[in-house]
Amino acid sequence: MFEYAPAPESRSVVDIKPSYGLFVDGKFVDPVDGGSFKSINPASEEVLAEIAEAGSEDVDRAVRAARQAYEKVWGPMPGRDRAKYLFRIARLIQERSRELAVLESLDNGKPIKESRDVDLPLVAAHFFYYAGWADKLEHAGFGGNPRPLGVAAQVIPWNFPLLMLAWKIAPALAAGNTVVLKPAETTPLTALLFAEICQQADLPAGVVNIVTGAGDTGRALVEHPGVDKVAFTGSTEVGRAIARSVAGTRKKLTLELGGKAANIVFDDAPIDQAVEGIVNGIFFNQGHVCCAGSRLLVQESVADRVLESLKRRMAQLRVGDPLDKNTDIGAINSAEQLARIRELSDAGSAEGAERWSPPCELPDRGFWFAPTIFTGVTQAHRIAREEIFGPVLSVLTFRTPAEAVEKANNTPYGLSAGIWTDKGSRILWVADRLRAGVVWANTFNKFDPTSPFGGYKESGYGREGGRHGLEAYLNV
Amino acid sequence: MTATATSARSDLSELGRSETALRTFLHGLPGVDQVGAEQRAAQLGTRSIKTTAKAQAIDLAIRMVDLTTLEGADTPGKVRALATKALRPDPADPSCPHVGAVCVYPAMVPYVAEVLRGSGVHLASVATAFPSGQAPLDVKLADTRAAVEAGADEIDMVINRGAFLAGRYQEVYDEIVATKEACGDAHLKVILETGELATYDNVRRASWLAMLAGGDFIKTSTGKVPVAATPPVTLVMLEAVRDFRAATGRQVGVKPAGGIKTTKDAIKYLVMVNETVGADWLDPDWFRFGASSLLNDLLMQRTKLTTGVYAGPDYFTLD
Amino acid sequence: MSERVAVRKTYKLFIGGKFPRSESGRSYIVQDSNVSLASRKDARDAVVAARAAVKGWAGATAYNRGQILYRVAEMLEGRRDQFIALGVSADEVDAAIDRWVWYAGWSDKLPQVYGGANPVAGPYFNLSAPEPTGVVAVVAPAAPALLGLVSVIAPAIVTGNTVVVAASPAAPLAAVTLAEVLATSDLPGGVVNILTGKLTETVPTLAAHMDVNAIDLTGVTDAELAAELEVKAAENLKRVLRPAPADHDWYADPGVTRMTVLLETKTVWHPKGV
Repeated sequence: MFEYAPAPESRSVVDIKPSYGLFVDGKFVDPVDGGSFKSINPASEEVLAEIAEAGSEDVDRAVRAARQAYEKVWGPMPGRDRAKYLFRIARLIQERSRELAVLESLDNGKPIKESRDVDLPLVAAHFFYYAGWADKLEHAGFGGNPRPLGVAAQVIPWNFPLLMLAWKIAPALAAGNTVVLKPAETTPLTALLFAEICQQADLPAGVVNIVTGAGDTGRALVEHPGVDKVAFTGSTEVGRAIARSVAGTRKKLTLELGGKAANIVFDDAPIDQAVEGIVNGIFFNQGHVCCAGSRLLVQESVADRVLESLKRRMAQLRVGDPLDKNTDIGAINSAEQLARIRELSDAGSAEGAERWSPPCELPDRGFWFAPTIFTGVTQAHRIAREEIFGPVLSVLTFRTPAEAVEKANNTPYGLSAGIWTDKGSRILWVADRLRAGVVWANTFNKFDPTSPFGGYKESGYGREGGRHGLEAYLNV
Repeated sequence: MTATATSARSDLSELGRSETALRTFLHGLPGVDQVGAEQRAAQLGTRSIKTTAKAQAIDLAIRMVDLTTLEGADTPGKVRALATKALRPDPADPSCPHVGAVCVYPAMVPYVAEVLRGSGVHLASVATAFPSGQAPLDVKLADTRAAVEAGADEIDMVINRGAFLAGRYQEVYDEIVATKEACGDAHLKVILETGELATYDNVRRASWLAMLAGGDFIKTSTGKVPVAATPPVTLVMLEAVRDFRAATGRQVGVKPAGGIKTTKDAIKYLVMVNETVGADWLDPDWFRFGASSLLNDLLMQRTKLTTGVYAGPDYFTLD
Repeated sequence: MSERVAVRKTYKLFIGGKFPRSESGRSYIVQDSNVSLASRKDARDAVVAARAAVKGWAGATAYNRGQILYRVAEMLEGRRDQFIALGVSADEVDAAIDRWVWYAGWSDKLPQVYGGANPVAGPYFNLSAPEPTGVVAVVAPAAPALLGLVSVIAPAIVTGNTVVVAASPAAPLAAVTLAEVLATSDLPGGVVNILTGKLTETVPTLAAHMDVNAIDLTGVTDAELAAELEVKAAENLKRVLRPAPADHDWYADPGVTRMTVLLETKTVWHPKGV
């Protein structure tokens, strides 16, 4: 046997402070009411830092700082200069990417190979891409004089803390808006390190403000009358509440919400790559991915073969210490999320689906869930309809292309989908009929700053990325 | 074994009787998506193999080396020296294992055989009008028999790429069958020359064709064309031997050859073997590296691990 | 000789390409005529008709949709006098005709302007293309009765959506008459459905309907009602187009936003390899 020795990334590359304030108007400040909460390492349950909790007064201060910066500095600033700040930030992120990657893995629980090889390169690329738009907005196809909206309130989730920050802040700033961003309460640390990077880049005070806290902080921010734009990534349930709260206001809203993507494997698929795509589709980032391929739709004629390969491949997945460079699946982000994954998985078993996980030892401390597949799942099962947001795959079968499309679309969600077949015309036929914002054909979970991302139906509205992503932050 | 597997075996053995059956089977194999295969290979290359795992991997890699010289300028003196090195790669360290085999041209086999006799190091010889394979079949078979008679216990043959690319699968198949017969007890490694096959779909088909015809090993390259072994080509071949064993019960070995020069490269291949086909193939009987300069790098890294000091090339023999 | 007695028109609803009376059997008097007073069930039936029409209309070629919209312009041109007789100014009728022509041309151009290849950093073909969102509920503006109506219907349907339109309660005759134009323009039944009656009766049903994908509140003048409708629309995350400002100039270049807000962008990735 070939046993890989531990290959831990050094955590000493990042310096975590014992406590963090709010980042308002270019400075770290204490919250008005002095509240705080703890951010823990989900792989060990150790406390990483004490984080300030922003109350409504703190949110108000941040929005006012953003307004001031918008009116006095960032709004009037020529696009070419805004661009240079964004380029600076992109470069600083590249320079400090190892530090950011380690911090992300510590706070989020994701494997270092993903924060290092996926998250951080995409974060830097996102700033680099939108930096280039800042002085070209009049050529972006939104008319000759596109105007920023003003102050953007941005609330992001815990699954890709820094990447979601980049998706929100980069286009907002490029378009000339200022922002108040609330990171998720379980993963605030990279956003706070990003605040330091803004300082290091000499970004004018108030252009980026970071308010930490949980749901109440987010609500105060979204409902603040001084914001012109609300951008949210997270659950459909919260997205719905936000859509209600901005009803009747002038606030422009974009939402990137949940998903229950079908990953469709036809009998002529390149099987080995399809299996990789299935694994990547559901086990990437512990399945904490809104566009995860959580429903495998496999053509009945190859189902046995695909499942056999899939199980063999799953047995190779290494679950454990997120900082080990050889870890494929890290920790579940929180006790709460773990409870949700367990509840839905138990429902899957209770409803009669057959559960399978490869043998794998899970650490004693921290939040862990073994990669799991359910076979014999039907459209009626909860695990085929509800977003689990964990490393749990539901396997369904189909007989014809039309049936595959029908099952794929039979959900209120519509964020993403996958197609695996060697037949080009079939790909185009199926892609045309899928009600999903991103369709990966013979690949899965690919992202790029130039490529628009966002959903149909209850997966939200608006697009992030590409030229389309600018529209969310412009008055068009 | 299940009834289905038994009937699959007999079905596969019938394939070689008809060009149509061969074509239908080979073209019915699942396709290989180039980008996906290359990404998977690259991903496996990011595994971080340290300390004890690295020491284990280096010794295994040394045991898997087919120490090779295939030059027009090869002489008895040159190949004897190489064979001596194969037996004791690091004269300063008796714990260093010997390599898997020495690989030379047929004319050099007798000189190498003298040195290796009774050592456990195999003697491989390229044959069948290596490297182009452009000779009449009887010449190729005579070449093979001569190498075996001179003492080679492994024969590295080349397939007829021209016939393969032209779709004359039966011809390629028959040549392999005939060569296998000419080998007698010697093991047959079938060189696909993947650099000339151009697509991974072809690599997968050629792998199956070679296995169906009785090859004991499938090998990537001659080392004589610009593109030699690559991680994704080897990945596709590993998938083929894995699937072939599942279908027939017969295990076939894999040998990437050419272009593997560093310990880091070799370890990436071992990781790929480990995670694609598993421990059954992590053995010199089932996986080999066709290489020459790789051995010294493995020795240098091995010394670094034992002494903690980076080694220099002057301290390792050049043979 | 006695003077000829005129044949009067009964103004009915337009659902699924047919002209039914309200299932409730009710009507109300407006613009000196009896007009159907649509019920919640009529709204429901209209959504069913609109949903049934999506597949064919969204699946039609852009060229075909463009031709049909142009055909609407031709038919409207032929019925200029009919609208003038309803009190619509000649200028407005002309502008409404021209608007159909303008939008007709967009059918096969918007996907080029609003989509395209994305230069991703990897060996992938990556293409974004707009698609219709599906069934759109539309509250038409009261004035200008014809131009306003055309300006909300045409941008929604040119890209392949189907619509359920709540006509202005105060000036529904232009809407019902437009339905007669549409019914004779090769437009498949169900692509445009028109309800007359009280907004408070039909629009909340449409706003809350879980099989409606978007709602255009352009004609809602009551801010409180608009907010209430937007709250209902949030239930299935309908795309929302908020009410138009009172001073909106319907004669100005409409731009593309009315089309793009009712579109979804689909991005397709595929590896490039041999």
